Amino acid sequence: MKLTVLYFAWLRERIGLPRETVETDAVTVADLIAELSAREERYALAFADLKAVRVALDQDLSDFDAALDGVREIAFFPPMTGG
Amino acid sequence: MTVRVQAAPFAYGAECEAFAAAAQGAGAVVTFCGLVRDNDGTLHGMEIEHYPGMTERALAKIEAEARSRWALSDALIVHRHGPLAPGEMIMMVATASRHRADAFAAAEFLMDYLKSRAPFWKKERTEEGTAWVAARDEDEDALRRW
Repeated sequence: MKLTVLYFAWLRERIGLPRETVETDAVTVADLIAELSAREERYALAFADLKAVRVALDQDLSDFDAALDGVREIAFFPPMTGG
Repeated sequence: MTVRVQAAPFAYGAECEAFAAAAQGAGAVVTFCGLVRDNDGTLHGMEIEHYPGMTERALAKIEAEARSRWALSDALIVHRHGPLAPGEMIMMVATASRHRADAFAAAEFLMDYLKSRAPFWKKERTEEGTAWVAARDEDEDALRRW
């Protein structure tokens, strides 16, 4: 399946791009993270500490165990600091 | 019920006046505005990044949750993004209700939730360079009281 992957804040800086399209067979968010981390060092570094990473599936907050079936857009970012 | 995400500054006084004037039947209006703290003069500026689309969606959800918990006749959230100077207004909330307890509680709820559940990220610029603001444990703890 084709996924639009978005990165924000220091994840965007560490990985070096704001968005990309990924062709993947990953079943869960965790699978996709493992796949990306195996791809290149910069991904492995960005995803090294998952306690500092949040994920949204189609613009709703989710978690690493969530299934990617039917998802079109996935975003990775640090804990939010609004207000 | 209004949610606005914008780069442009907003006129806090005018927003409050218009909100209060439109709050038909309400007996109380509570407003809050957040400023860029200058950290005793060490902050040169700030940049707020956000996730267009999800931001509006998350704020609308938080506002809907507030409406389901308290008897609000109206609510407003305005949040800025982009570059901001020390002392500038970052965001505001306004709530209207029949009695003040609901408006106060809902305004605090909106603030607590939009600090850690709306996709905004602050980056501070100081003499030493730029750094992303880390989320504070207290902000996460603040959600547990609701």
